[in-house]
Amino acid sequence: MSSTRTTPGATPAGGPGTAAAPAPGGPAATPAVEVRGVVRRFGAVTALDGIDLVIERGELVSLIGPSGCGKSTLLRVVADLVEPTEGEVRVGGKSAHRARLDQDYGIAFQAAGLLEWRTVAGNVELPLQLHGVGRAARRERARELLDLVGLADFARHRPSQLSGGMQQRVAIARALAERPSLLLMDEPFGALDEMTRERLQAELLAVRAATGCTVVFVTHSVPEAVFLSDRVVVMSARPGRVAAVVPVRLGTAERDDAVRATPAFAASVVQVRAALRATEAPR
Amino acid sequence: MNGRWRRAGVVALTVVGLLAAWEGYKAVGPVDGASLGGVRLLPRADDRSMPHVGEVLGALARPEVDAPGSRTVGVAVLTGVLSTLRLALLGGVLGSAVGLALAVLMQRLRLLEAGLLPWVVLSQTVPIIAIAPLITGWGGAVRLGPWAWTPQASVVVIAAFLAFSPVAVGALRGLQSAAPAAVELFRSYAVPWRSQLLHLRLPAARPYLVPALRLAGAQAVVGAIVAEISTGTRGGIGRLVIEYAQQATSSPARVYAAILGAAALGLLVAGLVGLVGAREDRRAAAAVEVAA
Repeated sequence: MSSTRTTPGATPAGGPGTAAAPAPGGPAATPAVEVRGVVRRFGAVTALDGIDLVIERGELVSLIGPSGCGKSTLLRVVADLVEPTEGEVRVGGKSAHRARLDQDYGIAFQAAGLLEWRTVAGNVELPLQLHGVGRAARRERARELLDLVGLADFARHRPSQLSGGMQQRVAIARALAERPSLLLMDEPFGALDEMTRERLQAELLAVRAATGCTVVFVTHSVPEAVFLSDRVVVMSARPGRVAAVVPVRLGTAERDDAVRATPAFAASVVQVRAALRATEAPR
Repeated sequence: MNGRWRRAGVVALTVVGLLAAWEGYKAVGPVDGASLGGVRLLPRADDRSMPHVGEVLGALARPEVDAPGSRTVGVAVLTGVLSTLRLALLGGVLGSAVGLALAVLMQRLRLLEAGLLPWVVLSQTVPIIAIAPLITGWGGAVRLGPWAWTPQASVVVIAAFLAFSPVAVGALRGLQSAAPAAVELFRSYAVPWRSQLLHLRLPAARPYLVPALRLAGAQAVVGAIVAEISTGTRGGIGRLVIEYAQQATSSPARVYAAILGAAALGLLVAGLVGLVGAREDRRAAAAVEVAA
């Protein structure tokens, strides 16, 4: 094994011992996510190979690529749900592990993963309850969040009474429950129909504007990536690598559905598609 | 409401049908049965082998022994049923608790699942008749302060031995049924395993537990009766079946009175477990209704 993982003593600036200390230049200067030389192997398969990626605070970055390119694995490495074989991940200046223990991020998956035996409000309250937040504060926060995602009237419903889009909204509200500075989303709208999907995309942007959190968004839809993102990270498959990073410039004003009809949007879509095609070229 | 009446009707009809079949065979069947080359094909229909239904019911009202002040057979059967019911319930609860604990352990440690699960399944192929004397023997050596091992304790242990397996298997499947997304979510919450068990895996296992408990209840009854017979424990319906079987020549109806008691015991336990299950069924039905 030719592990290039740095030992704590070798790099005093990045070692685990300094994780608790404020980074030079203050917390605001620390990127939200830093991925350095990350390799992840599953047995003989290399899912991620030499990933370097820095995501600034407040940025919305999409990861896109053919299936099997490791975009979900990369998200899980950032979430400390999968350990990198090599390399280092820092979230808000801390190790990914520390960030998970500190609940610095919220996460949402393609399957909403709501607990069937809890009400909608109960599901939103789940992380708060697990981390010992009092009942009154929990109720208040769940009400707030359900307001934010437009489900205030469904607080007492069961998840099975909700449509797929509504369930996904609940999952997003749950991910935001502890006011994370980072929101990780793994194809959250992947199973929804086009109309619902576009509506939720606009809602996600509104939520992001309201909370100011950084978002890492895994998707396989080019228009979705372009509509949402400040930057689109295009990945190639087997082994998963960053093939291109496409900045999206659609103006700083809040995006609405009208953006989808602009030439700038179309241009970005073409650009991302081209980058995606390029990843398939050698075959 | 309508469904309940219909179900009661079906039950009543089944009972009437069984009784009619019994009496019907007795009326038309060959008194000495029928054999072909030494293999009995039809049972004897004589009064000793198949007493009339009325005679069995009548036996319940007659005194157990020919002595003044003797209790009736019915009271003896009822006493036996209640005694065995107690042991079966104790065994069922004990077995379910052990089964649930094993399931939790197996869920927690994958290695344990691989090593233990085959034995849990295999344990049910062990004949009780074979292990009953062993348990009585080992139990005899147990002494906890003032409490000494009783034959009843052996019965409880054997009933538990039969009851734990379906609960262990069912609960394990239930604990493992938690959605992968939900499991990952709990990992992201960085909470201790206990929270995951309490807030995710146990609630997810509930629908699997009800049928497992039903099975455990039935197993505990069979276990208790067979254990009473094979350990010779007095006071229960199992022992009564044996005692009355020995008197079959003089009073054949008694054997059936005891068997009637054993059947009633099974129904009683099934009903008790059913009460637990009914709540779950109503929940599931309500969930389906709102989903539709």
